[in-house]
Amino acid sequence: MRAEAKLGLALLLTPLLMWLSLLIFIPHVDVFLVSLRERVGVGQYQISFANYLTFFQEPLYLWTFLRTAVMSSLATLMTLIIAFPVSYYIAKMIKGRAQSALFLLCLVPFWVSELVRTFGWMILLRETGVISNVLQYLGLVDGPVEMLYNDGAIMIGLVYTSMLFMVVPLVTTLESLPDEVIEAGYDLGGNGVSVLREIIIPHAMPGIVSGCIVVFMLSLGNYLTPTMLGGKESLWFTELIYSQFIVRFNWELGAAFGFMLLILSSAIVWGMLKLTGQSLEKTMG
Amino acid sequence: MIPSIPQPRFLTAAYTAYVTLFFVFLALPLVVVAVFAFNDSQFPSLPWEGFTWNWFFGSERPMIGVFHERGILGAIGTSVLVAVVVSAMSVFVGMTNAFLFNRYKFRGQSVLYVFMLLPLVIPGIVLGISILVFSSRVANGLWDGFEIDVEALRPGLWLVILGQFSFITTIATLVIGARLQKFDRTLEEAALNLGAGKLTAIRTVTLPYLAPAMIGAFVVAFLMSFENFNTTLMLVGSDAPLTIAMFDRLKEGSTPLLNAVSLLLMIGSSCLALVMIAFQRKS
Repeated sequence: MRAEAKLGLALLLTPLLMWLSLLIFIPHVDVFLVSLRERVGVGQYQISFANYLTFFQEPLYLWTFLRTAVMSSLATLMTLIIAFPVSYYIAKMIKGRAQSALFLLCLVPFWVSELVRTFGWMILLRETGVISNVLQYLGLVDGPVEMLYNDGAIMIGLVYTSMLFMVVPLVTTLESLPDEVIEAGYDLGGNGVSVLREIIIPHAMPGIVSGCIVVFMLSLGNYLTPTMLGGKESLWFTELIYSQFIVRFNWELGAAFGFMLLILSSAIVWGMLKLTGQSLEKTMG
Repeated sequence: MIPSIPQPRFLTAAYTAYVTLFFVFLALPLVVVAVFAFNDSQFPSLPWEGFTWNWFFGSERPMIGVFHERGILGAIGTSVLVAVVVSAMSVFVGMTNAFLFNRYKFRGQSVLYVFMLLPLVIPGIVLGISILVFSSRVANGLWDGFEIDVEALRPGLWLVILGQFSFITTIATLVIGARLQKFDRTLEEAALNLGAGKLTAIRTVTLPYLAPAMIGAFVVAFLMSFENFNTTLMLVGSDAPLTIAMFDRLKEGSTPLLNAVSLLLMIGSSCLALVMIAFQRKS
């Protein structure tokens, strides 16, 4: 029996270890090694931090990096603020069939690809688009308005595209809060604001954290939305990685960029977990 | 605020209005995409030129419909192929992972569990470049050392499959693991008492119990693979899956053809999701 258990363990460990080592661990170490390479001649490389120096010394790169981080945080915050009341409504204000129907309705847009959703926003926002025409029809503006190709359009796209990943964890945690606890809060003299602050938000914290982590990650690593909705000036960091790898064929610098993105996202995820005393197992699993 | 505690009428009305507005916001882009698939014009924008089915069934220039457009049909085929392979692989590994974490206790298990979750918090594009860099290194190594050219390690469908598999497996593990967690172990023991071997017990008792989760994981994996953009973008070769093919066309300027494809995608994925819901309700 003992030997059999050992064999079973070994058989089950093999796929897991192969997956994690060959597709996750070793490739990331390899990217790091490539990012430390500096080309000194044809086919000749030496180890140095030259690529990272380029990153820190070239204002465009650093600026785009910071911009991406700030805008992703902003998008995360906006998604949370928009999603919270809706999630609360679904979890607490309605029951039974209406509840599951509304919850399902929230998921529908995410069964189609991000490309289709972004395309929808392009049709709505562009100069000849729906919103511009409606505004003209209502007489609010004189000529066509271009609402595409700016940072605002990127924000709308990011918030829209990651909405699901905020709503689902929020609804799940809010649903587990018994009505009686909220009622008790009111009975003890609390009002709407204090009940929200003292009872509802603390209870929803795991959901808020996991929603924010996923939305931030998705915004930071998004390529499609900034490329399609943003203008020439609104560069996103992933676009730099793409152009170094595919257009310029400068893998060394691209790898350094990729590694910086990985460090930033890991740092923020880690920081958020530490700040709120959550663990990755609890928020993701 | 809760229904059992009375609130001012104005406040409840405003709240309902906000939620309604939210759902309009959710629906709007999808509705316009669907509607403009029927616009009898070269551009998916106003003015409305009249209703047409040509973007689906048209066979002559300038309006070649989806069903006569080789490039798009080919890309759909590629996407389905990739999605089926990725789903099958990730459900299999997700299954072995779920059993590993549920049935065994070993040193380093919790560390390994955190490792298993990591692909979810790695940006897709970084996952893509790391697999690209590593596979090229292996391919170059094989060529320099043994003069063997391994086509599968160059950008193309195999790398796309590996790239998508690398993070979808985590999702499959979580879905299957959640159901295995709820399984009543005594049922398996009963089978053992009745004389079944260990594998027979798992095959006849545990696996049927897990079937809904496996189907659920398969459908979710299929949709995620079909929709994936970031990781695929870095690993794609000459055969582009649908999202990449559509992206390339969208960059050049769009025709309602893309709306028609999008509408078909919406219908397709809604059907898949409904099948999944129906299946899970039955069990």
